[in-house]
Amino acid sequence: MTTTARGVDARGVNSPGRAAVGARTLRTDRWWLPPTATTIGLLIFLVYGGVRAFQQQYFFADERYLTPFYSPCVSLGCASEPGSAHFGMFIPDHPLIPYAALSLPFLLLFRLTCYYYRKAYYRSFVLAPAACAVPEPHATYTGETRFPLIMQNVHRYFFYVAVVISVINTYDAIVAFRHPTDGFVVGVGNLVLLGNVALLWCYTASCHSCRHVMGGRLTHFSKHPVRYWLWTKISALNARHQFFAWITLATLILTDLYVMLVARGTITDLRLIG
Amino acid sequence: MSYRGRFRVWRGDADGGALADFQVEVNEGEVVLDVLHRLQATQTPDLAVRWNCKAGKCGSCSAEINGRPRLLCMTRMSVFERDEVVTVTPMRSFPVIRDLVTDVSFNYSKAREIPSFTPPPGLAPGEYRMGQVDVERSQEFRKCIECFLCQDTCHVVRDHEENKRSFAGPRFLMRIAELEMHPLDVADRVQAAQDEHGLGLCNITKCCTDVCPEGIHITDNALIPMKERVADRRYDPLVWLGRTISRRRS
Amino acid sequence: MTETEQHDYDVLVIGAGGAGLRAAIEARERGLRTAIVCKSLFGKAHTVMAEGGCAAAMGNVNENDSWQVHFRDTMRGGKFLNSWRMAELHAKEAPDRVWELETYGALFDRTKDGRISQRHFGGHTYPRLAHVGDRTGLELLRTMQQRIVSLQQDDYAETGDYEARLRVFAECTVTELLTDPSTGSGQAGAIAGAFGYWRESGRHVVFSAPAVVLATGGIGKSFQVTSNSWEYTGDGHALALRAGANLIDMEFVQFHPTGMVWPPSVKGILVTEGVRGDGGVLKNSDGKRFMFDYIPDVFKGQYAQTEDEADRWYEDQENNRRTPDLLPRDEVARAINTEVKEGRGSPHGGVYLDIASRMPAEEIRRRLPSMYHQFKELADVDITAEPMEVGPTCHYVMGGIEVDPDTGQSRVPGLFAAGECAGGMHGSNRLGGNSLSDLLVFGRRAGLGAADYVVGLERRPAVREADVEVAAAMTLAPFDAHPAAAGGENPYTLHAELQRVMNDLVGIIRTESEMISALDRLGELRARLHDVVVEGHRQYNPGWHLALDLRNMLMVSEAVASSALLRTESRGGHTREDHPGLDPRWRHRVLVTHCVRAGADGGVVVPRIAVEPAERAPMRADLLALFDLTELEKYYTAPELAGHLDRVEAQHTEGGTA
Repeated sequence: MTTTARGVDARGVNSPGRAAVGARTLRTDRWWLPPTATTIGLLIFLVYGGVRAFQQQYFFADERYLTPFYSPCVSLGCASEPGSAHFGMFIPDHPLIPYAALSLPFLLLFRLTCYYYRKAYYRSFVLAPAACAVPEPHATYTGETRFPLIMQNVHRYFFYVAVVISVINTYDAIVAFRHPTDGFVVGVGNLVLLGNVALLWCYTASCHSCRHVMGGRLTHFSKHPVRYWLWTKISALNARHQFFAWITLATLILTDLYVMLVARGTITDLRLIG
Repeated sequence: MSYRGRFRVWRGDADGGALADFQVEVNEGEVVLDVLHRLQATQTPDLAVRWNCKAGKCGSCSAEINGRPRLLCMTRMSVFERDEVVTVTPMRSFPVIRDLVTDVSFNYSKAREIPSFTPPPGLAPGEYRMGQVDVERSQEFRKCIECFLCQDTCHVVRDHEENKRSFAGPRFLMRIAELEMHPLDVADRVQAAQDEHGLGLCNITKCCTDVCPEGIHITDNALIPMKERVADRRYDPLVWLGRTISRRRS
Repeated sequence: MTETEQHDYDVLVIGAGGAGLRAAIEARERGLRTAIVCKSLFGKAHTVMAEGGCAAAMGNVNENDSWQVHFRDTMRGGKFLNSWRMAELHAKEAPDRVWELETYGALFDRTKDGRISQRHFGGHTYPRLAHVGDRTGLELLRTMQQRIVSLQQDDYAETGDYEARLRVFAECTVTELLTDPSTGSGQAGAIAGAFGYWRESGRHVVFSAPAVVLATGGIGKSFQVTSNSWEYTGDGHALALRAGANLIDMEFVQFHPTGMVWPPSVKGILVTEGVRGDGGVLKNSDGKRFMFDYIPDVFKGQYAQTEDEADRWYEDQENNRRTPDLLPRDEVARAINTEVKEGRGSPHGGVYLDIASRMPAEEIRRRLPSMYHQFKELADVDITAEPMEVGPTCHYVMGGIEVDPDTGQSRVPGLFAAGECAGGMHGSNRLGGNSLSDLLVFGRRAGLGAADYVVGLERRPAVREADVEVAAAMTLAPFDAHPAAAGGENPYTLHAELQRVMNDLVGIIRTESEMISALDRLGELRARLHDVVVEGHRQYNPGWHLALDLRNMLMVSEAVASSALLRTESRGGHTREDHPGLDPRWRHRVLVTHCVRAGADGGVVVPRIAVEPAERAPMRADLLALFDLTELEKYYTAPELAGHLDRVEAQHTEGGTA
């Protein structure tokens, strides 16, 4: 039995006094897989979303389907697709300003400060830590105690805005049933928009801040039966927050892709009614 | 039925040590602790390992198996392949005493820093009335067996010895949450959670929840709600405004 | 040689389980400087294993409950051998002790109106057990641990030192009590302190304290199949014997009817009685609910005769009698033993405990979360889908240190005991749920007794240097006495053999010949313990620790076997195949164990013990009057009942009519 000399780098698990195991981690499983997959998944979404947000075309199909990436369409540029702006046009049309410049930054911040996404990117991008019991590479660590990460605490405001945007998305999905000339119609695109918006609600409602605001902040549930009931329902959703976080990234891309392909004429929207 | 399992067990003390190789008989239905006991009885009578109930209820036999913080008594041998080398080391966030035994006094000193349960003045024993739905959240946290695996795995102190001073760790932040949600506790714990016990250092990467042998949702049910309560108090102007108005009215 | 570490306290509590912590809280609250010494880390004691609940007649669920009913249940469960004064104090004070825990922050499960919920348990007439799911012991222990922290915080605020008046010495083992023959009335003198060693470093430590409270728990680790942890080596029993105190009732060892039987590595781990309280039933390999065949005469009429009535009882307890699955533990353990012996057992030598077929999976997980967890993790069995396999496991020792019921003091001045290591409270058999309340009630009383004793002392007894040297040499003997080359004994081997002897020969069913042979074998082990050798050094060396614990286990095992040999009847936790019946002539006799210091064979390492019968104090008339004469007649001899009120009245009436 030989004795391992303590490494030069006497920090973390190699701090003086702790067992001199030597190896930084003894994990034998593929612990690097989840952070890698997370990185790839998030990058795909960011690249796709970035490209589409600035593309400024193929965002409105069949004179009624508005992609969530352009909702609400408030740029003067939305005039290129009549009927796409449900809430007026007042933002200058500029290649560097997305048409949905009013909502996209907040949606991004909502997800950026989301308790689940924080875990995801702290683990995958920041490697703090990449996996449990795997040492992180940083010499010092201050967590969320200082600027800018202390701003994570304002998550609830982005949640409030996200609720408003979810209402707008819902409105978009509902008005999409009315075709300017054909009247009430139901196409596959309607189902896509509806499915997407339903899952967006699941993600938004399962937010930890929502859970807190609805009832979590109470000490005596028994005195607030309605809010307690709400809290139990939201808690059940909240347990799947991670699932909704990922599934909505996928449905956002798919919904947008569908609208884009129909708008470009690559595919035709199948009408089920009307 | 039984086979010879291959083990690497860290042996040593604060001055140094190394992984030692062993071959030990393993029988059906055994857990890692059984194998270590057989090692003690047959090959290494002085192998130091802390244990007590051997039923996952006391939280004494915390260690790391194949690099993951786990209870020795709750890790069944059947989760490993027969030809797999099973590596057992002490917890790596605390000072080692000997072999698999670590000095966990960090946790006991942190426990002392959390202000105790503060009942309402004038409420006599026997007069406590609490609804079941009101005690359930704190009851979940009181399932804690204090194995300190969450403290061991938390990178805030595991990777940064210097944070031990300012960080209570998941176990004791959860204790604050438990008292904060206790229907009859009258003390205010929110500000101190952030200022004195290091809630802000937590970046909710959930390793504490992952390793908890009791399955307590430490992050979702204790740490994040505490962060939200701190936000209520410190980072939410709406709540601040509402509170100021109601205070003025009263 | 370096100076031995010394500490000076008013009250030294040995053991940090429920009784020890409650005693320490009381002593500290009375203003005394108090120390707690425990073999494990703080908060790991065996109390955490208690699952079902804490019995206290609060009447929250059924208003008919009262201390009198609780008292009657306890005496019946113990087959009228209990120290009636302890049973009385216990029944009267338990509710206050439970309510007190709430002021420390305990969170019990609640009734609809917000009070502490109470559950059914074997032998209790009404739902009586305050509980938290199936982890009540953990809640009690953690609550008291946190209370101690709270008291330390008070001291910190006042003095700047958390440990100014209350300190925990964790992972520290006491090997000997120290007495001062110049004080006190007994031969050995009054308590002066204790000697021990730090497990971590192996260094010795001496405590000077005029009062010692023993709260070391039980003796289960002397048996092979046990629900007890390694700590349960009978330290308090043996320390008290060596210091000059008596043990009583050592023949009564409770085998819990439902321990896990498979896989082998978890054999003995407890399956809470709460499973049966909540609707689980025992079945044999034929699928038959066999407990209906095992209702003993003394309980006839109190339990359901048919499965239908038993099932109705879960819903309507007023109009139905309870299921015999909830008979006192000794009855159920014996029944299971018989079923297995007669070939109707499960594949791994137990019987089936079925809850899966009796309620929805979701409800099982909600009511019995730790049980679900335990079987899933340890045995890979889903209790919501298949029945559990269970069998008897050594669980609790009713016998213990003889103490004064009111103060907890033994016959050695300054030596107190509480909890499992104290004897008398439970008679021949303990009811489930009565141990948690026992440790609260008598933990407090012992702490109070110790505090009063210290305050009333005129002169503090002094530790004698010579005693310290003898104790120190005793602990180090395994290192130097016999070089390994000479073929010394391995402590692990000795321990395994001891466990086998106790399990096979002094287990649930006992016979004279087996116990004689057990005593022979124990004698051999005692001799071999002289030659025990440990490897390595003193720093955290489990082999050494075990070698020292074996001294205590052997002494206590001899006490159990010798007592069991003398008692020629079957009662509660003592079943003699050669004397199967209850014998009223044995009811009023108590078997007292004491230590015989001088002996031809030396007996230095493991001093000899002797067991002698004595008379029990007769029950106070007002307490006796709480029972029907017809019931008492099953247990008492006729002359003993001459003074019972019913009989006196009957005689009056007869006299009036004549």
